[in-house]
Amino acid sequence: MPSGTIEIDSELCKDCQLCISVCPHRLIVTSDRLNQKGYRFAQFTEKTLKKESKKCTGCALCAIVCPEIAIEVYRG
Amino acid sequence: MGKVLMRGNHVVAEAAVRAGCRYYFGYPITPQNEIPEYMSERLATVEGGVFVQAESEIASVHMVIGASMAGGRVMTSSSGPGISLKQEGISFLCALELPAVIVNMTRGGPGLGNIAPAQSDYFQSTRGGGHGDYRTIVLAPNSCQELADLTYEAFDLADKYRITVIILGDGMLGQMMEPVELPPEISLKKLPPKDWTITGAKGRPSRFIRSLILDPLLEEEHNWKLMRKYERISKEEVRWETYFTEDAKMIVVSFGIAARIAKGAIKRLRDEGLKVGLIRPISLWPFPSGAIRELAKKTKYFFVFEMNMGQMVEDVRIALDGAGEIHFYGRPGGIIPIPLEIARVISSQYYQKRLR
Amino acid sequence: MKKVFSRPKSIKKAYFHYCPGCGHSIIHRLIGEVIDEMNIQDKTVGVPPAGCAVLAYYYFDVDMGEASHGRAAAVATGLKRALPDRIIFTYQGDGDIAAIGTAETIHAAARGENITTIFVNNGVYGMTGGQMAPTTILGQSTTTSQGGRKEKRDGYPINLSEMLSLAPGSAYIERTAVDTPANILKTKKAIAKAFRVQMEGLGFSLVEILSSCPTNWKMNPEQAVKWMGDVMVKHFPLGVLKDVTGGKNDAR
Repeated sequence: MPSGTIEIDSELCKDCQLCISVCPHRLIVTSDRLNQKGYRFAQFTEKTLKKESKKCTGCALCAIVCPEIAIEVYRG
Repeated sequence: MGKVLMRGNHVVAEAAVRAGCRYYFGYPITPQNEIPEYMSERLATVEGGVFVQAESEIASVHMVIGASMAGGRVMTSSSGPGISLKQEGISFLCALELPAVIVNMTRGGPGLGNIAPAQSDYFQSTRGGGHGDYRTIVLAPNSCQELADLTYEAFDLADKYRITVIILGDGMLGQMMEPVELPPEISLKKLPPKDWTITGAKGRPSRFIRSLILDPLLEEEHNWKLMRKYERISKEEVRWETYFTEDAKMIVVSFGIAARIAKGAIKRLRDEGLKVGLIRPISLWPFPSGAIRELAKKTKYFFVFEMNMGQMVEDVRIALDGAGEIHFYGRPGGIIPIPLEIARVISSQYYQKRLR
Repeated sequence: MKKVFSRPKSIKKAYFHYCPGCGHSIIHRLIGEVIDEMNIQDKTVGVPPAGCAVLAYYYFDVDMGEASHGRAAAVATGLKRALPDRIIFTYQGDGDIAAIGTAETIHAAARGENITTIFVNNGVYGMTGGQMAPTTILGQSTTTSQGGRKEKRDGYPINLSEMLSLAPGSAYIERTAVDTPANILKTKKAIAKAFRVQMEGLGFSLVEILSSCPTNWKMNPEQAVKWMGDVMVKHFPLGVLKDVTGGKNDAR
């Protein structure tokens, strides 16, 4: 399985939650903080989770569906 | 060169091509059908010549916008109802500061009207049927030679000021045949380059041409910028012709074909000893207000004759600003008066005012 | 690890003014990716519409020229006839292309103009506040069809792509959607193919893209894409409506 990671530019995020709905590993959640525009931005949670089974594979479904081009994906 | 006997509409088309016009988009409407017909053949004989018969006059003016954005010398033509359809396009052309030439061979109106010549599109051309604060240069030829000269020059004016130039002709000018000396063909390579066109951002940052300026402060400045351009044109591009005005006691004001009829009338009157002269505006915008005011120093009697119900007469009134008396004589709907008729009306006024 | 997804070069680094979940910005990005991959950024000229995407020139880093509402096909015709070796595309909404601009669009297709049209179909007039559009479906509530579009008063929606596929000048017409990642990738392929059809001079190409307008559909973005996939595609079926290439030059 390839491994991957993503970076979300929280200032571009508008809380549409489409990335959250498409991530197959449920690694994105809505933050409880607000960005400068007042949106609860999407947050990549992999680093905060302890479970081994949930790992980002760099599938990029989140980035494909993100309307704001707020997500960059790395795969290796 | 030598003169050729040519029909007005054909003269317009040929002069345009010689001036470097390579893009023509039009639609059939009488009395200017000969223009698209001639262009459909002539543009095939020059390199890069493009002719499209569009699906409507609206489509053709927007094709003009596209080709002008690409930097070309572009023309469209129509008559009353079709020019009405183009009004939004004209507003956009002016807002976008795109050069273009639009030819109107006026016919009787309003509505479907008829196909006989008239001068009832003066307001539409100078006041603009389109929305917003804009002006277009309006030139009114009165002969086939002037159709050639003014159409030829229109493209230079359009490029120089990034403005739309309207050639306001009429059905008679379009159909009549006169001997014309055609201007020489311009080499497109000698034309100055345009640094604002959109042609694909090769070797430079991308740019856009648009008229939507949501911030009122910026839109206001854009309007002032346009006004400054229009003021410059008002100073430098006014044209008119005078005929027997040096000792005139009554001055006729007419444009286009009406002015030729008026000249015929004035010849008759001069033979009978009446001192009548003519001032013929050639640029309807900018209007030769200054020249008319100058004539008011000689005499205060003005006779405005147009083939409509009174449009240019308002500009004469504004120009005189109370310095003269105006009598208006108009015949709308496609009637072409003869010089004798105009001579009779002028002389009746002349005697009523007890002029010697 | 290497970066496998980021902003395309031909999309400026600007904050999109579109609503959360709007399909426009996804489609903008897809066009940007195609322009990058085909290396045509310095040869492309776009014509934005009147509508939510009127400010598209703030996002696309290519030359762009504004058209008035509905007239993009005519402006594009003027541009392409003057610049036959550049890639000219129009970007139009459903009202722009299928209401006020129907004549210009049909005639550009009939003439076989070598332009590419991106038709964003979200079933409403977005910018002006959610009025009924030519592609609003029966029963769909909008501000000028409150309670639902009725046949008697409002008539039927228009399937423009089907109509355009009848024109001999049309070379490639496909309808896609941007509701799911799979469909988004299919949309990108269709856009690339349309540009390739233009580059090969085969005629008029158009991609109709079902797009969401969560604000005017009065749904949240997830509900909006679901409605698109469940309801909208029944009236605007996805797929290729015309393809003169015989599938030979599918996008890489």
